[in-house]
Amino acid sequence: MEPDDVRRRPRPALGRAALARPFLRWETGLVVVVIVVAIAGSALSPEFFTANNLFNLGLNTGEVAIMALPMTLIIITGEIDLSVESTLGMSSALLGVLWADHWPMPAIFVVIAVVGAAAGAVNGLLVTRAGLPSLAVTIGTLALYRGIALILLGPRTVASFPAAYTNAGTTAIPHTDLPYSIGIFIVAAVIFGVVLHATPFGRSIYAMGDNAEAAMFSGLRVKRVKTSLFVISGLASALAGVLFTFRLNTAVQDNGTGLSLDVVAIVLLAGVSIFGGKGSIAGVFLAVLAFAGLQNALLLTNFNQEAMGLVTGGLLLVSVFVPNAAMFVRQLRRAVTRSAPRPGEPALSTPRKDT
Amino acid sequence: MRPLLRRAPLAASTLVVASALAVAACSSSGSSSPSSSSSSSGSSGSSGSSGSSGSGTAKSGLKVFVIPKNLGNPYFTTADSKGTGGALAAIGSLGDTGTETSGTAATSASQIPAVQAAITKGANALVVSATDPTALCPTLNGAIKRKIPVVTYDSDAPGCRSLFINQASTSAIGTSEVDLLAKEIGSSGDIGIVSAAASATNQNAWIGFMKQELTKYPKMKLVATVYGNDDPATATQVTQGLLEQYPSIKGIISPTTVGILAAAGVLDSAKYRGKVQLTGLGTPDSMKKYVSDGTVKAFELWNPANLGYLAGYAAADIAGGALTVKPGATFKAGKLGTFTIGADNTVLLGPPTVFDSANIGKFNF
Repeated sequence: MEPDDVRRRPRPALGRAALARPFLRWETGLVVVVIVVAIAGSALSPEFFTANNLFNLGLNTGEVAIMALPMTLIIITGEIDLSVESTLGMSSALLGVLWADHWPMPAIFVVIAVVGAAAGAVNGLLVTRAGLPSLAVTIGTLALYRGIALILLGPRTVASFPAAYTNAGTTAIPHTDLPYSIGIFIVAAVIFGVVLHATPFGRSIYAMGDNAEAAMFSGLRVKRVKTSLFVISGLASALAGVLFTFRLNTAVQDNGTGLSLDVVAIVLLAGVSIFGGKGSIAGVFLAVLAFAGLQNALLLTNFNQEAMGLVTGGLLLVSVFVPNAAMFVRQLRRAVTRSAPRPGEPALSTPRKDT
Repeated sequence: MRPLLRRAPLAASTLVVASALAVAACSSSGSSSPSSSSSSSGSSGSSGSSGSSGSGTAKSGLKVFVIPKNLGNPYFTTADSKGTGGALAAIGSLGDTGTETSGTAATSASQIPAVQAAITKGANALVVSATDPTALCPTLNGAIKRKIPVVTYDSDAPGCRSLFINQASTSAIGTSEVDLLAKEIGSSGDIGIVSAAASATNQNAWIGFMKQELTKYPKMKLVATVYGNDDPATATQVTQGLLEQYPSIKGIISPTTVGILAAAGVLDSAKYRGKVQLTGLGTPDSMKKYVSDGTVKAFELWNPANLGYLAGYAAADIAGGALTVKPGATFKAGKLGTFTIGADNTVLLGPPTVFDSANIGKFNF
């Protein structure tokens, strides 16, 4: 219980710290990051702030942004879903196979939604009912769902989708400069924001991330809520698969490979604690802006793309480390004072005591 | 629960602010759209004027982006680099600035943002090897709409490019490999073919031209074509089977880089070395060992550096107004000489390069 206790120590309610708190919020920092990225981007290229570039930027980020919303809720409960990119791939493969078999598009969408929900349910049930760690379960289904995509589609490429759908993947919503995927993300973000921050369901998500056992004993249906979040994640990934396929007008078995890392990076950049119990949809919104802007700005500076992974990975580590830096320092300090040799007692054999 | 309840309204208000910001951002991007379109029409206007001044002196100082399927691929590094005399060397020799960019994975999802960024950065011409033509077409057409010429090389994107540089013609590959083998076995004896998959279109087209060319050599007889499916183990197995079934075989042609490597491995023994000749399509790096130990005398492949050079040269010429793309038009591409644009706006690089012990050390891909 000790690390938990340290992490959730109540914040001091008085004095300068309380006054400074709004300015120290993670989201405030993100606003600064977004502004810095925007200034850097426009300094690097006069075309950064053109509607065309912002549209492309949105187009290339939409699917990842959509998958980041359910991922946020899942990580707040203290779990993770690494299989999202493969669910996306499986959905894309299904779309290709069924369309090549001359199924009507609405029927294909229904099948994809059902399969996406089922993929999420498998994750959720293995985690909650079988009690397995979500990290292991979703690494397993990451490989499994990609394997299904490979079996469904084989080495084939399906690219004969109707123009009405593929146009929706590459053009803006009428009267705006927003791609459809970003439009869907904004609407979904508002819904997720309201649900997470203004409903008992949302508060129960924080509660189980803070302490799953306590949440269960206080009557919250932890297993049911977590399972439903994995189902929502499966559905969102399936939708992302459809958008991805139409955007590229191509269904191949490796569609979406590597996107889970981007999704998790965005969610952690958003200030969502990897330990659960903390995070906001506003943060995710800002993190999407920062992440997409940064990637775009790097592309605009002949930045060696082979090193792009450095940026994503580095961002992820910084996002995990910074919010917990205070905790690490506290623990370190405590460890140092505790292991300080007392008179007549060897330093290393100090018996552990619970505080 | 207390901290949660306190956090909710705060976060909700942040959300409201954020979405308000988002709306503001959208509307500002919307309002910036006329200015952006004017700036983009400004840049396309300048390239447009370069097109109209094509009859006069060619422009230089242009920005040409070379976008291979992916970065870190030795084949494209050779095709694009300045050091190898590839695309960037050609662009530089015309006084233009060449930049190589792409994604790290050879997927359209990874390549498209690089193409978009090149357009955004004010590219005057694009040199592209298309990972997936259907996926890339909307983006490439966007470039053409902005009067940015698109030259494809290595992998074409039909319908959404200005010019395609074809590395080798089907007939040239088929006939030249038979000629190469005929020279090695004195134009007489049984021969076999180690192909890839039985259904591979390009393989079968090449084999068709080989059979046609073999009619010129009455003493050479094609006894069998076997299929290694571009799998090293399978290709090794079928080559061994071929040699056992037809001990009289004097030569093997394998028009696939995987097949020729596997066949070379089988022939690399005292039993066969020097007695059975092998040729086909291979990469110098993988075949160096077999050329140096005498198992293989010569094989061929197009020279990727020349392919890149020609593509880079053509792109810079089109952007600078020195070349107008239409079938029958000719242009001089530096060290490579003069080329003619053929049907469907395609330029043929020329006969494949033959690699043997004399030149193989110079290639690195």
